Amino acid sequence: MSAASPAPALPWHARAAMLLRLFAVQGAWNYETMLGNGIAFALEPALRRLPGGVGGSEFRSAMAREVRYFNAHPYLAAVAVGALARAELDHVPSEQIDRFRAALCGPLGSIGDRLIWAGWLPACAMLALLAFGWGAKPLLVVLLFLATHNAGHIAVRLWGLNAGWRQGLHVAGALAHPLLREGPQWFAAATLVMASVALPLTVRRVIAEGGGTVPSAAGTLTAVAILAALLWGVALVRLQGRIEGWKIAFAALVFAAVMAVIR
Amino acid sequence: MTDSALLPVAILGGVVGMDVVSFPQAMISRPIVAATLAGALAGNPTAGLLVGAALEMLAMEMLPVGASRYPEWGSAAVAGGAIAASAQGPHGVLAGGLVLGVLTALGAAWLGGWAMHGLRRLNGAWSVRARARLEGGDAGVVTALQLRGLVADFARAAVTTAAVVWLAQRVARRFMPQITAGSWLTIGLIAALGAGVAGSTAWRLAAGAPRARWLAAVGLGIGAAAAAGLFAGVFE
Repeated sequence: MSAASPAPALPWHARAAMLLRLFAVQGAWNYETMLGNGIAFALEPALRRLPGGVGGSEFRSAMAREVRYFNAHPYLAAVAVGALARAELDHVPSEQIDRFRAALCGPLGSIGDRLIWAGWLPACAMLALLAFGWGAKPLLVVLLFLATHNAGHIAVRLWGLNAGWRQGLHVAGALAHPLLREGPQWFAAATLVMASVALPLTVRRVIAEGGGTVPSAAGTLTAVAILAALLWGVALVRLQGRIEGWKIAFAALVFAAVMAVIR
Repeated sequence: MTDSALLPVAILGGVVGMDVVSFPQAMISRPIVAATLAGALAGNPTAGLLVGAALEMLAMEMLPVGASRYPEWGSAAVAGGAIAASAQGPHGVLAGGLVLGVLTALGAAWLGGWAMHGLRRLNGAWSVRARARLEGGDAGVVTALQLRGLVADFARAAVTTAAVVWLAQRVARRFMPQITAGSWLTIGLIAALGAGVAGSTAWRLAAGAPRARWLAAVGLGIGAAAAAGLFAGVFE
């Protein structure tokens, strides 16, 4: 199969079924085969088009091959599903498909983790906190977060499935897309800027609307809390991930609650 | 909240818990969404939103990367939002409810992380048991494993949510006045600890970004000035 070979037709309902199943690609996630079962599940609508149809020997061989160990970022698993569907329907030799599957795991995992988990998701969360800090109503905060995050989420899955199907075994070229390479650092910079503005505002609103203090003291408490947050944040950065901040926060809050009860 | 009102909260916890990993990962499981939805279900979306914002800051540190074990923030935020929303005071959100909501959610997140680890092992055991049929290319088994995993994940999250909310309600009935009495300091602590965790995460993620120090300093100045302005009523 050459890079220039045009993609054969895949009916829209098969593509739609694959896309829908991709949302559940981690439904049977486990430590043995990780995403393997989900990849076979998402590929199945395309594999039905193999000679002999469902239950035919080619179909069963392909399902058996695709259910084996596979790991990737769940959103970018769409790239693998598109490319593997194309490879299976092009009758690429099984040894070559096995090597291709193994080669895809690393890049799809690391690109996805950097782009989505460490880039897009924190940026969208910080945007929601910015809206919260500015005083937005609950519905607006929730819709703003879900709309922005899922615009990126669904676009990545759609693009991945189409790019994988179009390019098949040559899909590595698609992974060199500038957004995948440079996106993470742009999202991280945007997150930092939004965090710097959003966090003081968030502290203010939690204290002002959380109750427990008279309005005249809320300003002072907010100023002290922002300063404490700054020092705590610097300490966490210096500790370079050796402790998990949320666990320390949990312990501190349990201590404060217990003291309040026994006092 | 009555015990009968637990059912819708548990169902929401199940749906949101599934979203963390299994289906559809649309991030309705992020605390700022999940806690707000639970707050709305319990009659006070603003209380849910306050808990959700505090938890969102804390959750930002833990990226849900692959096979690592991380806290399950989705159903935990539902539990926290429901507890905070059910403790309404005469002037809206009850401060003790916010404290107890955040505490409940943090405990549930830790518990949910372990429950999710258990489910992954269970999925593995089911997969091993079906190995012969999987190696024979049986598509029916592939689908069955997928559906069984989804249902088990829903049940895991729903049961965790129900159990945690049931327990937290009893703690609330017994200790809410004491927790509310000293809550101004605890709420300041929640805000400071959360903002510190979120800020350090944003800084670490942007490590190496050009002019990161300047971006952070200018942003912090704008944020602090805006916070002061909001207190002073400048923007009203």
